[in-house]
Amino acid sequence: MSTATTLAAHTWWMTGRRLKVLVKQPAFVVILLVQPAIWLFLFGNLFRRVVELPGFGAGDYLDYIVPGVVVMTAVSSNMWAGMGVLEEIERGTMNRLLTTPVSRSAIMNALVVEQGISTAVQVLAIILLGLAAGADYPGGPAGLGVLLVAALLLGTVFSALSNTIGMLVRQRETIIGVNTLLLLPLTFLSSAFMAEALMPSWMRTVAHGNPVNWALDAARAAMSAGPDWGVVAVRCGWLALAAAAMVFLSTRTFRAYQKSV
Amino acid sequence: MSHAVTADDLRKSYPGGVRALDGLSLDVRPGEVFGLLGPNGAGKSTTVKILTTLARPDSGRAEVAGHDVLRHPERVRREIGVVAQRSALDPMGSGRENLTLQGRLFGVRATALRRRVDDLLERFDLTGAADRVVRGWSGGMQRRLDVALALVHRPGVLFLDEPTTGLDPEGRAAMWAEIGRLAAGESMAILLTTHYLDEADRLAARLAIVDGGRVVAHGTPEQLKEELRGDAVHLELRQPPDEPTARQVIALVAGLREVAFDGRRLSARADDGAAAVPAALAALESAGIGVAAVTVARPSLDDVYLRHAGRRYAA
Repeated sequence: MSTATTLAAHTWWMTGRRLKVLVKQPAFVVILLVQPAIWLFLFGNLFRRVVELPGFGAGDYLDYIVPGVVVMTAVSSNMWAGMGVLEEIERGTMNRLLTTPVSRSAIMNALVVEQGISTAVQVLAIILLGLAAGADYPGGPAGLGVLLVAALLLGTVFSALSNTIGMLVRQRETIIGVNTLLLLPLTFLSSAFMAEALMPSWMRTVAHGNPVNWALDAARAAMSAGPDWGVVAVRCGWLALAAAAMVFLSTRTFRAYQKSV
Repeated sequence: MSHAVTADDLRKSYPGGVRALDGLSLDVRPGEVFGLLGPNGAGKSTTVKILTTLARPDSGRAEVAGHDVLRHPERVRREIGVVAQRSALDPMGSGRENLTLQGRLFGVRATALRRRVDDLLERFDLTGAADRVVRGWSGGMQRRLDVALALVHRPGVLFLDEPTTGLDPEGRAAMWAEIGRLAAGESMAILLTTHYLDEADRLAARLAIVDGGRVVAHGTPEQLKEELRGDAVHLELRQPPDEPTARQVIALVAGLREVAFDGRRLSARADDGAAAVPAALAALESAGIGVAAVTVARPSLDDVYLRHAGRRYAA
């Protein structure tokens, strides 16, 4: 086999191996799907009337929060990726793999692909749930496509970050702490549930540097009746850069881990 | 290729100044079981990690199956099977899935792999549980699957890092039998680390005693024991003796040397233990020192360890 086909085959096997674990825990899969549903209906009902605030700028709150719940879900489920890596290290399966000829890149690729697949399933579920609840997607399939891509890129940023932390500190508590610390501020320092126009100005400034908000900007721009593809391209570009940087960082950390064994 | 494994002057320190290896050298011949014996922290696992390409030494060189572990780790990986100290299975995968994935990573072709997996399951008595997830298996079964996993691609060199640690006596006996079969059946070199003296004695054709990150003695178990020249004679006295008197008495007994007292216990060494005992008993009785029990033992690896590491073996 050539290097490229070996890498592809190994990535496929490594991903399948991790997805099988997921599928064999149906309760976990159900939770993955129920959690965003709860958010969608909780936030959807709790904040239903904020659209009436002058300057909010959206007609229906359900339409507004579908991308919000999508990005929040993408962040919150990918944040835990590091737990999986930690478990592999602690269980010894990582070292077992490292003594086989498996492509080292495939191990890291599989982590990204696995997270991407489960994120995609969650995103599709939220879109369908929203549709069932009566949400409109004026941007059509193209808009939803951008939403999915933005969620996947954003998810990669956070799964790679989480993997890096997991390999560096090798401590569950740290991952739990970081996630608890980050999830809500990252979500609420974005336009996920509240229009940017209504944020205090310092918050708006912070939101501009928040990758969660980039994903929302891109998704909202593409999902509107008159899509602004310029915004979509720029924000997705930033997200792609951030994702690439994080994956690079996690790969470097993985190399460092291999030397520290 | 004259050796299956060669390690030459390996040194490695971990951050914080812990010196794990301090000039360790060894060689394993093709087809033999080589034991690496030493207490925890002696450097056994670090040696295995370096030889299996997981860790890099600070200096020194090593070859496994004819390939340099530093320059061609990917070639080394194709030739080795590794059983780590702790079981390292995918707990949510079945036995068959674990084996199949491992085989694929080594590039074993689908049809051959299916046959090999069946054979290994059969041979390690795991056929009945093959399609159940490993998480529910007993410790002994998981350990056997660990070994089966390491064999799926027919490696030339097998590393067994403390394969029986944590197993109950029954599991240990089964593992010993299996390692014995492995050694006899395939033309595979086995490097076995253990902190059990009896395990090394029983399984290893040659062994190296490691202490403080270096090999302090090596040879066949018999050679090592013979170097000690003589049997260990232990006498248990009825009362703690007046040591100078007892020492004087026992010094007159021919053939006894290296006499040591420890409370009521008297230990000595003799070229022919059985012959020295009656004389020792007679001498002590005539001096009014009663003897409660006598044991004569062939030298054990414990004694070898005492001699080379300068202290009793405490695993």
